[in-house]
Amino acid sequence: MSTVFEYAPAPESRAIVDIKPSYGLFIDGEFVDGTGKAFKTVNPATEEVLAEVAEASDADVDAAVKAARRAYTRVWSRMSGSERAKYLYRIARIIQERGRELAVLESIDNGKPIKESRDVDIPVVAAHFFYYAGWADKLKYSGYGETPLGVAGQVIPWNFPLLMLAWKIAPALACGNTVVLKPAETTPLTALLFAEICQQADLPPGVVNIVTGAGDTGRAIVSHPDVDKVAFTGSTDVGKAIARAVAGSNKKVTLELGGKAANIVFDDAPLDQAVEGIVNGIFFNQGHVCCAGSRLLVQESVADEVMERLKRRMATLRVGDPLDKNTDVGAINSAEQLAKIRELSDIGEAEGAERWSAPCELPSNGYWFAPTVFTGVSQAHRIAREEIFGPVLSVLTFRTPSEAVEKANNTPFGLSAGVWTDKGSRILSMANRLRAGVVWANTFNKFDPTSPFGGYKESGYGREGGRHGLEAYLKGEDS
Amino acid sequence: MTPTPSSTASAPAEHAATDGSFDDIVRSDSSLRRFLHGLPGVDQVGCEARAAGLGTRSIKTTSKAFAIDLAIRMVDLTTLEGQDTHGKVRALASKAMRPDPADPTCPATAAVCVYPDMVATAKQTLGDSGVHVAAVATAFPSGRAAMDIKLADVQDAVEAGADEIDMVIDRGAFLSGRYLEVFEEIAQVREACGDAHLKVIFETGELQTYDNVRRASWLAMMAGGHFIKTSTGKVQPAATLPVTLIMLEAVRDFREQTGQMVGVKPAGGIKTTKDAIKYLVMVNEIAGPDWLDPDWFRFGASTLLNDLLMQRTKMTTGRYSGPDYFTLD
Repeated sequence: MSTVFEYAPAPESRAIVDIKPSYGLFIDGEFVDGTGKAFKTVNPATEEVLAEVAEASDADVDAAVKAARRAYTRVWSRMSGSERAKYLYRIARIIQERGRELAVLESIDNGKPIKESRDVDIPVVAAHFFYYAGWADKLKYSGYGETPLGVAGQVIPWNFPLLMLAWKIAPALACGNTVVLKPAETTPLTALLFAEICQQADLPPGVVNIVTGAGDTGRAIVSHPDVDKVAFTGSTDVGKAIARAVAGSNKKVTLELGGKAANIVFDDAPLDQAVEGIVNGIFFNQGHVCCAGSRLLVQESVADEVMERLKRRMATLRVGDPLDKNTDVGAINSAEQLAKIRELSDIGEAEGAERWSAPCELPSNGYWFAPTVFTGVSQAHRIAREEIFGPVLSVLTFRTPSEAVEKANNTPFGLSAGVWTDKGSRILSMANRLRAGVVWANTFNKFDPTSPFGGYKESGYGREGGRHGLEAYLKGEDS
Repeated sequence: MTPTPSSTASAPAEHAATDGSFDDIVRSDSSLRRFLHGLPGVDQVGCEARAAGLGTRSIKTTSKAFAIDLAIRMVDLTTLEGQDTHGKVRALASKAMRPDPADPTCPATAAVCVYPDMVATAKQTLGDSGVHVAAVATAFPSGRAAMDIKLADVQDAVEAGADEIDMVIDRGAFLSGRYLEVFEEIAQVREACGDAHLKVIFETGELQTYDNVRRASWLAMMAGGHFIKTSTGKVQPAATLPVTLIMLEAVRDFREQTGQMVGVKPAGGIKTTKDAIKYLVMVNEIAGPDWLDPDWFRFGASTLLNDLLMQRTKMTTGRYSGPDYFTLD
């Protein structure tokens, strides 16, 4: 008897979130109307308009920076570390208490599956605030001094809206800085809910300011003369523009940019877990991950077996409604991103790589792309060189460890890499030779607040997370 | 690289164990060890994360009703106590045939599982109901007896009418690396089973590592076991999701190579409907839907059945009933 075990829809309720028809800017502890235009944010899974959000003008950004400066000089930089920690702990606890609300809102605005926002994003956000709260009164032991920089201008991407906010705001506040943060234009809602949480935590006005908008708003923050520190996560192109904009100024900069990580599978790897790691490496968060394992380097002798297992596994991925608790892969974040993924995939085919997509039915509305793998890819192919930032995996093979290292490092990026082998000594030797900020061994896409994260080469500079993450927000030992 | 048996999938009609596919592998202790130790390793963290991930699947409404009925049909309703009585076994057999006397649509369980001396009693009650009698044998649960005694134990159960034999492997031999001894033991028991189906119990709680579970799985499949089973229920930990995951991967890979399907039976410690559904999700997504059948997947359990019945009643009536409305085992 052949049976089919269909999983009935198991949608997480939307009732817990209250999305307002329009949102202003969060400046000096209050929500205020912007002086610029407004823009719409949509649910990428349905194309439904969720809310109108203010686009901060130069004047709005200036007001936000002024508020941050006031809060810095009058309150936050004078407060003892242990007092600052109390606020951060309070924020962390409220994030946990309102975790379900944040997770649902994140999935609605971003398109990521609720299982990821619920089990990864939000818990790691809370962990980040807890972790840096712990540092606030121990900066003496950080190795980077105890003196904050001042006002930090922070611009974050749409792939992990709240998590990137946490990576930026938690260390900045712990070190005594105040911030002006701009969330991405397609995913502003959880940052605005976070602003509400700041109010709920009684955070002094002006310590955190959230200004929404697109490129112009970001430029206004980065080039504002009273901003002491710029932190950016996003594309390499914008990162380069920011580096040019701040050149010659006294601003400190950290950039966390693109990647084209190699996930390297040796023939003695634990194959079933390696396949899970490959899937997690590229299909986690629809591949909208700067450190995604978008290049699979697999040792020739197991290549066929790995591909067979990988395709079988990909066929079980459940693509669809991000709010369904059984969804593994959600919606592409925007029409623009979908167009970019399609374009590069078509180029991959045109360049002669073999394309295979998991058999799955895609919803008719919204932005969707089936999990896809390209085989027969060479180093010369664009899909092996450019960041696709979508659920598209390029597969290359290698024969020797040296060839694997050579291919893995042959990229302008250097954010992350993965090594799969049962041999401990090989893990260590590969980690030494790979030019990547993070090297995962027999796992992939694992994030922890205690672990520094950042890139080599065009993947940016500076580290976020861990003790190293404090350096970007302190003046250093000598000053 | 996965070692490949000398001639793979060429004769799917015969069981791979009897068609000589593995002759090269089981030629000597060292060739068998080479094969088993050449199987891809298991990363403990990754394996446990995968099992936990599948455990978060949300199975509701129609799919829950489907899963509950399927789980009931997969139960080997078990009593393996020194204090078992003929009366208790008769009651258990009756319950296996009609788990919910108030609801004739409730399916029967797959089998009852008893000690060999209770087989005749169970058989008498079950008659030709279709519910099988499974007997634990080979000096269950420790497996510490001479080979001829183990075989006599099997013989005794088969003669009393057992449809299925649940044997235990010699863990001492396995852990000390005498793989061929274990292989031959299983093969001999398989022969003694005659027409009865053989389930091979590893006692995974004593094997300690997932690598060992994978090796034991291949060993038992190559030796001709019809089912591989986690535990006796007498040792903790008994069945766990990650251990069952490894075994489901093994039967899936074994079919890829030989064309033969082998069943999987987690036993011990599975007490709730929620647990059972997690196992079924794992069967569905790891081994595949072909295994979603009592011929290929079983639960070794005693208390599980009542929880399944309570949940089933809740699904149909919308209300929970107290435990007093369900028979004691």
